[in-house]
Formats: sequence, C-alpha cells, structure tokens
Amino acid sequence: MYFVTPRQLIFPGDVVATADSKVEGPVYLDNGRYRSLVVGLVEFRDDGVVIVPLEGVYKPKKGDLVVGYVTDVLATGWEVDVKSFMPAYLPVGEALHKHVDLETTPLTTFLNIGDVVVAKVKDVDLTDEYPIILTLKEDRVGKVESGTVVEIAPVKVPRVIGKKGSMLNTLMELGCDIVVGQNGRIWIRCKDAHDEVFLASIIRKIEAESHVMGLTDRVKAEIENYKRTKQQAAV
Amino acid sequence: MASISPYGKRFISYLRREQIKRLISTKYRVDGRGPEQIRDVDIKIGVVKTADGSAEVRLGKTHVVAGVKVGLGQPFPDAPDEGVLVVSAEVLPHASPYTEVGPPDESAIELARVVDRGIRHCGYVDFKKLVVEGGKAYVLWVDLYVINDDGNLIDAANLAAVAALKNTQLPAVAKDETGIRLDRNNKSPLPVEVSKAPVAVSVGKIGNVLLLDPTFEEELSLEGRITFTFSEDKIVAAQKTLGYFTQAELETALSLALKGRDRLFEALKSVIG
Amino acid sequence: MKKSPVPLLQNGLRADGRAPDQMREVNIAVGVVSNADGSAVVSYGLTTAVAAVYGPREAHPRHLALPDRGIMRVRYHMAPFSTKDERKSPTPSRREIEISKVLREALEPAVVLEQYPRSRIDVFIEILQADGSTRVASLTAASLALADAGIYMRDLVIGVSVGLVENTVVLDLNGLEDQYGEGDLPVGYMPNLKRYTLLQLDGAWTRDKFLEAIGLAVKGAEYVYQKARDALKNKYMSIAEEIYGR
Repeated sequence: MYFVTPRQLIFPGDVVATADSKVEGPVYLDNGRYRSLVVGLVEFRDDGVVIVPLEGVYKPKKGDLVVGYVTDVLATGWEVDVKSFMPAYLPVGEALHKHVDLETTPLTTFLNIGDVVVAKVKDVDLTDEYPIILTLKEDRVGKVESGTVVEIAPVKVPRVIGKKGSMLNTLMELGCDIVVGQNGRIWIRCKDAHDEVFLASIIRKIEAESHVMGLTDRVKAEIENYKRTKQQAAV
Repeated sequence: MASISPYGKRFISYLRREQIKRLISTKYRVDGRGPEQIRDVDIKIGVVKTADGSAEVRLGKTHVVAGVKVGLGQPFPDAPDEGVLVVSAEVLPHASPYTEVGPPDESAIELARVVDRGIRHCGYVDFKKLVVEGGKAYVLWVDLYVINDDGNLIDAANLAAVAALKNTQLPAVAKDETGIRLDRNNKSPLPVEVSKAPVAVSVGKIGNVLLLDPTFEEELSLEGRITFTFSEDKIVAAQKTLGYFTQAELETALSLALKGRDRLFEALKSVIG
Repeated sequence: MKKSPVPLLQNGLRADGRAPDQMREVNIAVGVVSNADGSAVVSYGLTTAVAAVYGPREAHPRHLALPDRGIMRVRYHMAPFSTKDERKSPTPSRREIEISKVLREALEPAVVLEQYPRSRIDVFIEILQADGSTRVASLTAASLALADAGIYMRDLVIGVSVGLVENTVVLDLNGLEDQYGEGDLPVGYMPNLKRYTLLQLDGAWTRDKFLEAIGLAVKGAEYVYQKARDALKNKYMSIAEEIYGR
C-alpha cells in the first residue's frame, strides 16, 4: 500500500509505503514501512514507486562516464576529484596505452594538477583506500584540452539528458560539443566563446527548473531566441 | 609563525583558468560582465538587533554581515584624546569549501586591517568626539563576518563596516557607585560624516587586462590584485594583495578603481544617505 | 538567583505576552548560502542561527576517517555581536565547545553515516542574534541544512526549549526567561520516528514537571516541523511560481 501521490514532494522520515510494496530510491525500512531518506519527488512508474532525490552527492557506479579534475600526482597514478564523497584514483596503467618507465618519465608529463579528464569508472569498492578507480582506456575518454565544464547537482543529470535524450538533443542545436558526466559535470566546447557562456547558463537553468513542467519547451525557446539575436547582431 | 604560499589549497581547473583568460582578452567575463563592471550590490542596515549597529552587504553572491558593539576602555597610549576602533574579520567556514575552521587566517587578518586603515584617519568617524570622562573612551568593536565567499571580500566587507557604523547607536555613559558604565537604554546615533565615507575598491589583473570586482574563481586566476580605499578625493589606504604591477598598470588601476568607487559610493549613499 | 527586572508570568501570560505553550515567531529558509552543499537559516523570535553543510567530503586528516562509515564535524559559534550587551569574544568558549558536541550527538542518530565511508560531513552553525534557545534553533537549522544537502537522514531533528518559569512549564525560552527562570530543558526531537536525540536540563525539576516538559516539547517540535516542511517546499515551489507567474 502506498501513502504518497504522484509528483508529491517528500521529506526525510516521511512514510512512502508498506514493506510489501515496490519502492526504489533512497528509502529505509522501519517497522514494516518504507520511509524516505531524502528530500525528493515521488514518481509513479509502471512497476512501482521511485523516490527521486532533489539534492545529493554523486554516487559512482561501475561504467559511469565522469568528468574529473586532477588534484594530485602520486607515485603510480593520479588523484582525481569526481565530485563524490572521496577522490577517485587513476592508476598509471589505466591512463596510458604504452609502457612507461616511471624512473625516467615523471607522471606530470602526462597529467598534472588542474588538468581535466573525461573518464570511465572502472570499479567501485568501498573497502579500498581509494574506493573509486577510473580508466582512460576506453573510447572517447581522455584528457580535455579546451572548452569548459559546467557544474550541476548530480541528481539533475538525467534532466539534462531528458527522456530518450530529448533535452540533450535540444541543447545540441547550438552546434557545440557536449559530454555529460554522470557526476554532475558537463563538458562543453563551442567555436564561439560567448556561446559557451550561454550554453552554460542554459544548463544551469535546467538544473534550477528541473522539477517544473514544460522545461524542454522553455529551453527550446531560449535557444531559438539566442540564435536569432546572434544572427541579427551579425547582420 | 609564517606566511605560506596558498598553492594547492584552492582549486581551479586548468580549463576554467584558460576560459577566464580567453574571455578576458576579449573584454568579456564568464558572468557576462565587462572588466569595469561591478556585480549587483545590496546593502541593508539594522539587520542584527542585538548589535549596537549592523549592516549586511551582498556583492553578487558574496555575503558579509558587519556588527558593531560599543564598549568602554582605555584609549591607545599614542592617542589619548581619541576613541578606540577595533576591526576584526572572520571568514566563516560556511563561506566556501576551502575555508578552514579556526582562528582568522592571514587573509582575514589582512582584510580587517585594510578596512581599519581606511576608516581610522579619513574623518568619517571623529574619534576625538569619543572620549569620555575619567580618562576612558568609547571602543567601537567592528566585527566583519563573511557568510558566503564569491570573491572581492575586502570591498564588500568595507561597505558593510561603513554602513554598520552609520547605523550605530552609542549608549550613554552613566555613573554609579562602581564607576562609569554604558546605559543601553539611553542611546544616541554615532555621528559620522557620510561625505567622507571610505570606499575600498579592488582591482585585479589577468594578462594585460585590469578588472573590477573579481569573483572567487577569477581571484584564483589573477596575476595581480590591489585595493585602493578612497575618502572624498583622497586615497586613504592602499594594499597590493597579490602579484605585481608596473607603474603604468598602477596608474590604470587607480583610474579604474575611481570608477568603481563612484558606483559603490552611490550604492552606499542610497542606504545611509 | 537574581530576580528578573520584569515579572516573568502575570495573569497567565509571559513577559512578552505569550501563553505558556506558545512559540515565538518562527522563520525558516533553506538554500541561503550559495557555496554550501546545503544551508538554512532559522529564527525563533530574535534568536537567529545560520547553518551550512559541506559534504560528504574527504575526511582530513586521514587517520580520523572510519572505514565503514562517515564522521561528522559540528561547529557551533556565536558572532561577537550576537549577544545583548557586551561584545562576546570570538574565541570559542567552553560553552560553545560543549554545545558543538551536544549538537553532533543530536544529529548523528538521524544521519545514515554508513552511506559515506571514509568521509566527513561538516556542519557549521553561526548565531547571528542570541535571545535564548540558541542551541535548539541551531539544531533545527543544522538538520534542515543536512536535508538541503541531500544527505541521507532517517528523519529531520527539530530543536525546541522548554523551561520552568514561576513554577510553570513554558515553551521556547527567550533570553530573559533563560536567565531568570528556574529551569531550562533544551530538547531535540525526530517528529516521524518520535525519538529524542537532544536532552539537557538545568535547574530543579520535579518528576511531574519534567514529564510535562518533555511532552510540551513534542508539541512545540511538531509546530516547528510544519514550518520546516513549508520552508523546504518553498525552495522548490517558488521557482515554479516564478515561471508560471502565480
């Protein structure tokens, strides 16, 4: 039995359903009832109820694509900030395709503090000293040399992608490169530096209005408006 | 006891720093401002009812609260005919992910001292009027508390201090058998000369572009930063806080700061008259 | 014990006109410190506490981290201009240190620390105005800031104070009542799970008055809890209103 209604706001401690119901998301069992662990939105899906958090830190999963910042150079790898509860670790063996003699070549030759990487999460093991391991040995990941990174709350990433990628497709109409990191970092690169600033502000708008209806249409309208204004200015 | 280069503590990605540099060379900033533009300023006075005077300043997302507490004490030995000003500052651990818990660090102390320097001799407060009988004087404790740090703390904190002083009520001095004490039931406004209000304006340098009112991220990309404090047509304090400036750059920075002063002074006047 | 300058209770009403079971005006807002992961400001009358949460983030120094759960760091501090008369020295006092511990102990039962191994959750509370009941206003602010940060919590924790004034149990002590009353009982309560996580007492209480007090505290906490829910709702609803121009 459910005690909630569709699209209702829910708070920590609120009762969601009885223990025999299908509930997904951050909930816990207390005395035969599921209670919410977060401030979130209740979504009714075909197979049950999902609690969608409205805030929260990134929880890495194996296979996630993430955008990280190199924050330290260690003996055999790099420490990378992925906006999670712990920094991630990129071992040198996962970063380079050829064998490197660490005696003669310092790691900073390849990646240094402040560099930005698009990486895949290779493994997550909470008992390890470095729970999150990254790899660059995949397609379309690696060090990023230009563009900018927009930071949003990780819980809002699905909204930036949209149902079946609809929002992302709308954003692509600006003609920029976009890589969406599951950890709430979105790398963008436009030919025009001002376009980058505009796209960043649109992404932040999506974050702020993620729970309000009609967002995709509003974003479409703003992008159209921007393109039009740009054309007029060029004339 | 030493000052250590803050390298590595505050993080900015290489990409971000490059983006800021790239944009600034076209006289454009990440938030859409030009180099001479200051963010939205919001000043409120009388926000802390337990203080004898208070003000709150929002400069963009930077948020500072200033509280004034009036006390009685001994004048400084080198100024026996003047009241006492003590300016302190704390950047609360609330203010950014990098702010540490503990006593004020060197940046907070520098901030307090720069604000102090601007107020002390400019004539905004006539300290000679703050002596009381028995060889004692009023002590003005000005506490600057940064709640959110999005850059340019000195300019924001200075505005807050100046506005809080205007809002300050001096408790009357009362005599009883134990000596003299303050009577908070009997207050009068601290007299200040608004036309002399000191205004601090910081100028940053990226490449060969000088800019006003840097944000937190811009501050991490600066190659130089200097603050000028003006009172009427005089410079009453200056502090180079980062990097270097050539003489030509100093002259340009000064002109730019004066423009900034006009904007900030206007915002101040609209609240403290 | 010093005598109050004004009568604390007269004709069933308190010095500020409240009934014994009445809270002062409660104002709550969340998301007020933009750099923080979560934040809130809570006022009970004049008493105002602003809380900011950072985390979960890497625990420093490493040796303090726990392998299977997170740790919390809580700092309660009063601004020098927050007190009524003299300026308060900003150096942390023994009282502030004790309250920091009491608040941490009040929040830990609510936070699912097992979710954040090797990490630290920082909670910073600053009192901007103090007029009694600062630690319980801080508790409410802190738990809202934690929820605002998306940190897993079993329930919110709401703080209220109860006290003994002229042998009457009263809710939400102001500064005057705290200073001149006969007893002070700050309480932290989880409204859904019905658990007390903060409880302190000073003064001299009979068993009956004690039980009456902790019962009244629940009523007060439930009242404040509704205000807290409204504040959380407001954060999301106000954006919707802005767009639809309601």
